[in-house]
Amino acid sequence: MSQRIKFYQTGTLTVGNRLLDAKDRTVQATLDRGNSLTSGHRACQGCGEALGARYVVDAAMRWADNRVVAVNATGCLEVFSTPYPESSWQVPWIHSLFGNAPAVATGVRAALRAKGRTDVKVLAQGGDGGTVDIGFGCLSGMFERNDDVLYVCYDNEAYMNTGVQRSSRTPPAARTATTPPVGNSSGNVFGQGKNAALIAMAHNIPYVATASVADLHDLEEKVTKAMGIDGARYIHVHVPCPLGWGSPPHDTIRLARLAVETGLFALFEAEDGEVSDVTHIRRRLPVEEYLKPQRRFAHLFRPQTDADAIGQIQSIADRNIEKFGLIGRNG
Amino acid sequence: MLKQIEGSFAVAEAIALCRPEVICAYPITPQTHIVERLSELVRTGDVGNCQYINVESEFAALSVAIGASAAGARAYTATSSQGLLFMAEAVYNASGLGLPIVMTIGNRAIGAPINIWNDHSDSMALRDAGWIQLYAETNQDAVDLHIQAFRLAEQLSVPVMVCEDGFILTHACEQVDMPDSEQVDSYLPPFEPVQVLDPAEPITMGAMVGPEAFTEVRYLAHHKHLRAIEVIPELSTEFEHIFGRNTGGLIEPYRSEDAETVIVALGSVVGTIKDVVDEMRDEGVSLGAVKVVSFRPFPLLALREALQNAKRVIVVEKCLADGLGGIVVGSVRMSLRGTSTPVYTIIAGLGGRAITKKSLRRAFNEAVADRLEDPHFLDLDWKVIDHELARSQEKRRSGPIAENILRELGLVGGKPV
Repeated sequence: MSQRIKFYQTGTLTVGNRLLDAKDRTVQATLDRGNSLTSGHRACQGCGEALGARYVVDAAMRWADNRVVAVNATGCLEVFSTPYPESSWQVPWIHSLFGNAPAVATGVRAALRAKGRTDVKVLAQGGDGGTVDIGFGCLSGMFERNDDVLYVCYDNEAYMNTGVQRSSRTPPAARTATTPPVGNSSGNVFGQGKNAALIAMAHNIPYVATASVADLHDLEEKVTKAMGIDGARYIHVHVPCPLGWGSPPHDTIRLARLAVETGLFALFEAEDGEVSDVTHIRRRLPVEEYLKPQRRFAHLFRPQTDADAIGQIQSIADRNIEKFGLIGRNG
Repeated sequence: MLKQIEGSFAVAEAIALCRPEVICAYPITPQTHIVERLSELVRTGDVGNCQYINVESEFAALSVAIGASAAGARAYTATSSQGLLFMAEAVYNASGLGLPIVMTIGNRAIGAPINIWNDHSDSMALRDAGWIQLYAETNQDAVDLHIQAFRLAEQLSVPVMVCEDGFILTHACEQVDMPDSEQVDSYLPPFEPVQVLDPAEPITMGAMVGPEAFTEVRYLAHHKHLRAIEVIPELSTEFEHIFGRNTGGLIEPYRSEDAETVIVALGSVVGTIKDVVDEMRDEGVSLGAVKVVSFRPFPLLALREALQNAKRVIVVEKCLADGLGGIVVGSVRMSLRGTSTPVYTIIAGLGGRAITKKSLRRAFNEAVADRLEDPHFLDLDWKVIDHELARSQEKRRSGPIAENILRELGLVGGKPV
């Protein structure tokens, strides 16, 4: 594995490609990037999913020399990119249903194999609802068969397309349209959580990774690595949603970074079911730093601080840090 | 070549001759033998270059077929009953996307109460999902209709269901004239899709369409079915030239031209009805039958012509619209609009109940005398119905109806309470 390039800037959130050699710059920074998800689409300002998808699909296209077929689950990404009669996709792209993107991708793969087109790679993508909830059966089937598909989940932690309802990826205490903090309730329940990457790993598929739009170099690197592997691969990308999270559009990257720095979203890779690499936290932060800027957690701080809920969220972060060893020697 | 063969195996071998490139399989009785046999045929190389995918649900089975078809492969799957309902969302999606997938339905009842035996509730539930629906009377029909189905589907870019009665056909061993590969190859050219996911020419499939164009998109689907009304007989004629059998078409009249009373039905029961027609004709009753092969699109004009001399029409159907009566009869009445021909409905064979010649004769005779109630439930056990209705009125917590009836019939448990 090539050495990970780290940016130790402080006082600014800009991570500049200009600091790198040309060959180490992102695909997005190159003039000949694919623009697979091209401009003019209807995503909200500051949309983490649009940003993530642009990096993911272009990196995949770069690896495959533009020979990619994309399958999309129903959701924001599908709706904002293909309002009739327009399409933002400059890649062969199909949307079928909410819960069947992994299976449709399997079908595309099978067809290409029957036709001897092993040079064409298949990329499937969806939001957390389409992936971790309604599409989970198909996803697990695709993993179990080890179908040659890269599946990318853009996790913005709720059903944003339908107006911010709770998904199984919605964090505890978060306000959504179906988990309103009313009376003594503090938003979403403190359930058991659903770590799709760990469940993907339990299928022993060759490659699983989590990524974040906070580190787009890392995201591209993981996509590129996944593209070079045969079989079922899964990348779970954390993508803040200004609309659903109640945060300013310019804070998307900052919040994604805070999710990582607090330990709430662990960045790791796994090969053949075993964790193979972890991105260490450089400067550990308390979860309040992440929660406070988001309106979906405002009720934890006003009218009075809900120390109990915040404490429980902190213990989730602490457990992640311990479980994945997020505080490392070179962290 | 004549072959003594189980219906499911005959269909599987016919599918193999059609050279599908992707087959998706998920087991459900009674279609299971078809995909079992195909798994063998794929592994022995008899299907050519074909990917056989074992999936985790029927929803995935059709979804895999959708992806495969969109990527330009000839795709096939089979299901029954609950499986068809479980994939319902994908059934509409496949037709909406205009993907020429062929799917066998081994017709079976829908639960609850769970029942694995034959009726038409499953395919009828999805009759208006945009798929063409062809119904087989015999296993020869089933074999031939599948070959025509691929041709029809790919010519019009519309998915086709071939419906064959579960067990009655799928599990029946009878003589079938199996086509050879030269015949099938000359009838069915390789699949040339009108749209395909190809990196050399990127297209977007499945875009969102709002009110400004949705009606036009839907009309074009309607138009395809109207085209199918013309194409289905043409394909049947061409089929006859190559295979020597006039299988298919929209409808198949049987001694109906001069008949005063004409029975309309679809599926395997048509065979029994033909026997009854022959017997009652011998006794001097002016009876005939019309088999509906293509239920969707429904051949309104062809059926109207076939029924123009009839004094009355009897529809025998294996499905039920609760509180209304038949389902097929609605379309039959539509084909007769503007006429005063009385139409009777016989609901028969639900959940696999045998449809006997004796019972049909009794019901037909009542209809001929214009005494048949509409709808008529063939061989309904009124004793059981009356008992259960009375019992359920006695107390609020009367319990599950299905179990009570089985107890009443003495099939399970103790005596009724």
